[in-house]
Amino acid sequence: MHLQTQTRPKLLSVLVMDDRIDAASAIQFKEKMRDLTQSGEPRVVLDLARVQFLDSSGLGAIVAVKKLLGPDRALELSSLTPTVEKVFRLTRMDSIFTIHPTHAAALSHDASA
Amino acid sequence: MTPAPDPDGARASHTCVLSSDPLAVRAGLARMAANRPLSLLTSDQRATVEVVMAEVLNNVAEHAYAGGPGKITVTLRLDGAGLSCQVTDEGTPMPAGRLPEGKHPVQRASEVDSFANLPLADLPEGGFGWHMIRRLTEGLLYSRVGGQNRLSFVIPLQTR
Repeated sequence: MHLQTQTRPKLLSVLVMDDRIDAASAIQFKEKMRDLTQSGEPRVVLDLARVQFLDSSGLGAIVAVKKLLGPDRALELSSLTPTVEKVFRLTRMDSIFTIHPTHAAALSHDASA
Repeated sequence: MTPAPDPDGARASHTCVLSSDPLAVRAGLARMAANRPLSLLTSDQRATVEVVMAEVLNNVAEHAYAGGPGKITVTLRLDGAGLSCQVTDEGTPMPAGRLPEGKHPVQRASEVDSFANLPLADLPEGGFGWHMIRRLTEGLLYSRVGGQNRLSFVIPLQTR
């Protein structure tokens, strides 16, 4: 599981380089996200543009990261591909995340905040 | 050369045998997607099949074989109703010999109906698998025959 990070004031963005978050990689994803988010930025934007496939284990890991961040920090998502969007919609987990259409939209959202 | 798919080829069934670990499941899904009948579907239809099959196969690996070694056999056939799928394994039977109901994990855990207002600690990290399988399939049948679990279902494929 390869994650690429970029920091801005009060914002950490994480680009998932792998093309899937599934049962084979979900635990590693969660552990790497836990390490990367230690720096404490209040907003974490997870860019899923390259992720073509997400299963229930991967979805559970993303929810787990949101819980790890706690109530005072936000995990936001951007750039959901069609299959990933389908999984969020089917499980209604799209309702618990702020989801940006693109990574640029996530960053400009920050500017207007 | 005609671009129309060969109808006999489309109806032909494809059988894939894989071992019960998450990496083998990942490789098996890729192999199925590259072969008939899945290669004949639209990318959207293939995505639906991949979501369902990933949940079914990972459930077998995680529960029926409890993370240990085992063999899973998948047969896929395209017919009038959609994609007919049969999955067999020789792991332990389903608890109580029945398929899980596949209720949404939040409904199972509490009476809260608005997810956005759920306390963080109550957000579900699992239990989505059977919910998605039930949402995307029809005619789910489970039987235990001679030490084998047999699961069959149809994934309806609307043509748009």
